[in-house]
Amino acid sequence: MNDTITILGIETSCDETAAAVLRRHGDGTTEILSNIIHTQDDHAAFGGVVPEIAARAHVEKADQVVTRALEEAGMTDGGIDAVAATSGPGLIGGVMVGMMTAKAYALSRAIPFIPVNHLEGHALSARLTEDCPFPYLLLLVSGGHTQLLRVDGVGRYARLGTTIDDAAGEAFDKTAKLLGLGQPGGPKVQAAAETGDATRFDLPRPLLKRPGYDFSFSGLKTAVRLAAEELAPLSDQDIADICASFQRAAAKHLAARTERAMTDFEIPAGDTGRLVIAGGVAANTEIRAALTALVDSKGWTLLVPPSKYCTDNAAMIALAGAEHLVAEGAPPLAETLALAPRARWPLDENPEGRRHGGGKKGPKA
Amino acid sequence: MTSLGASLASLLSSGDVVRLEGPLGAGKTVFARGLIRALTSEGEEVPSPTFALVQVYDTKAGPLWHMDLYRLEDEDEIVDLGFEEAQDDAICLIEWPSRAESYMPDNALTVKIAVDASDASRRQVTLTAIAGHEAAWRERLATMDAGQVKGSE
Repeated sequence: MNDTITILGIETSCDETAAAVLRRHGDGTTEILSNIIHTQDDHAAFGGVVPEIAARAHVEKADQVVTRALEEAGMTDGGIDAVAATSGPGLIGGVMVGMMTAKAYALSRAIPFIPVNHLEGHALSARLTEDCPFPYLLLLVSGGHTQLLRVDGVGRYARLGTTIDDAAGEAFDKTAKLLGLGQPGGPKVQAAAETGDATRFDLPRPLLKRPGYDFSFSGLKTAVRLAAEELAPLSDQDIADICASFQRAAAKHLAARTERAMTDFEIPAGDTGRLVIAGGVAANTEIRAALTALVDSKGWTLLVPPSKYCTDNAAMIALAGAEHLVAEGAPPLAETLALAPRARWPLDENPEGRRHGGGKKGPKA
Repeated sequence: MTSLGASLASLLSSGDVVRLEGPLGAGKTVFARGLIRALTSEGEEVPSPTFALVQVYDTKAGPLWHMDLYRLEDEDEIVDLGFEEAQDDAICLIEWPSRAESYMPDNALTVKIAVDASDASRRQVTLTAIAGHEAAWRERLATMDAGQVKGSE
């Protein structure tokens, strides 16, 4: 399939409701015709604050964002070739609504519906705006995920490591909560850390001697709690120092595990290493500085998508859907209409038959 | 904490609700991980449920729901998570149950994890049940490994 295709993407797996229209040309280049995100406020960078649990709230918003995405793209009178929606992993109520919306649209227009793994959207997101050939190393850091993936091509992902407990964004949120900073945790901790002394508290370096590429943030969270309890009542300076120390420790941990993965990453002859960061936590300046220094020291290239494509968005879902449509052809509608959402769905679970991995085991919730 | 969770796992069955209480960082998820792995496999990935609110596992003892109500704004939201249906056939492990107190069943077992005041690396675990359901839980808990029970009551 080398023709231009126009695809509607829907993302509802987390705390946002999003829709986008993307056009993929025969030469593989893409254009984002619209990218709509409905969110409570602009603080969602670290994984969101208030989860949208009620399916009915999603239903209302899903319709709105889809309509707006189609309007902005000038596609209200048709012209959409396929629709892709996040089918997991994530908050199951939200995923269900996104899938239902997409299925209804696909059915009414008799166009293919393509289920997409949310993590695959992130894995490919850098390619929306950057010149980012395969292979590359992806560090996904958000409120719900902290993973290192090797991306060799569309549908070709190997998960190198993941958090064994809390996600990085969750650790920021919980640190903010412990210190009474309020939400959203990421920006609050970063702001408080600006006037803090990052060397005051000797927080643990998780998994320092452990081989592999996994992450752990639960111990850091506990260490923050202990430090706060010992000093209570906390002065503003104490809070700033704890935040700075925590942020430094989190950045060092992310960089240390990423460095291991870079060291072991096989780069094709004549190519250079590429590190892509995705997810809301990539917005944290200390973390970004630590990774920039790491990449520079290794002679690699760092690629960070603009924040609207770095955090949860539907353009990346549309892109993943379009790439699969081109690579594998249209899946039979009857088959994908029958798929159920999945709360947990590892990206490399079924690399050869992603589409069939969608519903084989039935719904996870 | 992991092995205590594993010991409790052996006596749970469908319909049981276990409330996990304790401050942030006390070890609720660690306890839950031990319990879930004892009912699935040692390698089972048990991520923190904070973000997704619910993680569902297929276990030897039937479906198990690992829930975290930490992010709930309103307790009625637990209905949207499917909690009432889950109680019909699943074991429910609930972190931050007080966020939806009025939905918690009377026959739930409460596992309260406290950080030792004199030694922050130590934990005190208290198991309690509401009067009227206490005897039944006491009887079931008696089947747990004695060494584990001693350290936890």
